[in-house]
Amino acid sequence: MYELFKDLGAWLTSGDQWSGYDGIAHRLAEHLQYSLLATLIATAIGLPLGLLIGHTGRGAFIAINLASFGRALPTVGLVVLVFLASGLSMWPVYIALVALAVPSIVTNTYAGMTAVDPDVKDAARGQGMRWHQVLFQIELPLALPLIMTGLRLALIQVVATATIAAYVSFGGLGRYVFDGLAQRDLVQVMGGAVLVAVVAITLDLALSGVQRFLFRHRPA
Amino acid sequence: MTLYRPGKGHPMIQFDAVHKRFPNGTTAVHDLSLRMPEGGVTVLVGSSGCGKTTTLRMINRMVDPTSGTIQVNGKDVLQQDAADLRRSIGYVIQQSGLFPHRTVLDNIATVPLLLGWGRKKARARAAELLETVGLAADAGKRYPHQLSGGQQQRVGVARALAADPPVLLMDEPFGAVDPVVRTQLQDELLRLQKELNKTIVFVTHDVDEAVRLGDQIAIFRTGGHLVQCATPAELLARPADDFVADFLGAERGLKLLSLKTLADVPQGPAPEGGAWTLVLDEARKPLHWHAAADGTEIPVRPLRDSDSLLAALNESVASPTGLTARVDAAGTLTGVSSRDDIHAHAGRAHVAARAEAQTAASVPAEAQVEA
Repeated sequence: MYELFKDLGAWLTSGDQWSGYDGIAHRLAEHLQYSLLATLIATAIGLPLGLLIGHTGRGAFIAINLASFGRALPTVGLVVLVFLASGLSMWPVYIALVALAVPSIVTNTYAGMTAVDPDVKDAARGQGMRWHQVLFQIELPLALPLIMTGLRLALIQVVATATIAAYVSFGGLGRYVFDGLAQRDLVQVMGGAVLVAVVAITLDLALSGVQRFLFRHRPA
Repeated sequence: MTLYRPGKGHPMIQFDAVHKRFPNGTTAVHDLSLRMPEGGVTVLVGSSGCGKTTTLRMINRMVDPTSGTIQVNGKDVLQQDAADLRRSIGYVIQQSGLFPHRTVLDNIATVPLLLGWGRKKARARAAELLETVGLAADAGKRYPHQLSGGQQQRVGVARALAADPPVLLMDEPFGAVDPVVRTQLQDELLRLQKELNKTIVFVTHDVDEAVRLGDQIAIFRTGGHLVQCATPAELLARPADDFVADFLGAERGLKLLSLKTLADVPQGPAPEGGAWTLVLDEARKPLHWHAAADGTEIPVRPLRDSDSLLAALNESVASPTGLTARVDAAGTLTGVSSRDDIHAHAGRAHVAARAEAQTAASVPAEAQVEA
């Protein structure tokens, strides 16, 4: 066991392992690129949807049921399905990752919008704000802590799942996991897994730090 | 004391045959015709579900009537853009409804900013209003949750006043604060109103608050019926029916006395050498009653001419001698009034209020309410 950890340490810290096309630096960059792009697309879809449902109160069942849909979604199955339909491209990966991220974003945005005190919304309307002013000056800023939590959750899920890009022959940190499995190289498998976990945890901590800073004036 | 005559001034707000039925079938306001004179405080009272809040919210189109017309300053509200209309009317609600993510200053500057005043001018105006409503300048930089409930309500009032609207709508603004703070806020509102002369519509379910603040009081009954609209004195002296009488409560005779001052009650010199002596300090300010027999001290609450007959009656009952100490503005003793004189004045106040209510009810009042 001790040997295994020593090898893992060596694998993670050796200069050779970090450089080159199959190096950790490059794989990490690929992994982050997939994750950020997928989360960005998911935000572009999920945020307006959540805001619309929250502001109008219509279609709340979508927001609520999307959460369970997200949990039940077989990501790898989806990748394979789209892969079979579209052939070899990044499409299956992005579609699967976006489908994974959208529910947490919609659900949290909706939850944030419904948590805004009705008295505050009433007062905003009563002072003479138009619907878009109520939405962007009052509801959105007040829902923002929960919206950001949703984005954070989505990003973490996507980072952890972006390993599947390697399953359909693309890059990212999943490369080490799948290659390691194929080569029966346990150290490489563990190295990939550890890297994914470290990236996910680091992003989570960094983003919650940003949230705490941004909302330091909010009541607890 | 001159009685305020509802309908005497030009009506700033006018309801004509206004009906409001909600989609679920409940009638919130039933065939309401009512005038709210310019520069006066109209209080809408009634138990919950009587339509008073709906009535208020129809003025700034937070709710639109099913039929009938509502005019503000001679213009039909339904002919105006709702957001523009609301910016021209101050609006204060119960839980203050302050924006938790904005500083107090920015909260107050809301309407000026919506009107496009520019940030600098809007903030300068907001800072000015902080002082108007009795808040320290450094409160402007705080966030609403850092203030007490009473302070938050002051900010709510400041926000409503920011663009200097002629009309102020207040929906149970002091309902959620403790009684001591509520009395303070009521005093402040009366002081502000003396300065600003706004047309105020005030919703409450507290009869005492209504009597204290209202120039005219409109009493609503469940189902959205207006039962009576009159000055506080008229209402207390001549309630239109049992519903109004019950609503005003068993002490409505005493409440009427809260509207009269004891300025006219005669006073004589304080007794000396009897069983009880009124002890004064060097500045001749009353301290307490002192019993010659056993040295007991009973506290005294000296009253000024501007205090109410109700306070005088209370003091005369509490005083061991039946005498009420009277002081001038500086707190110096001017004399004492007897329980009998206070009683006699209280009785006369009732007779006068009834007579005035009678004349008001006989001809012009009907014309005022219906018109």
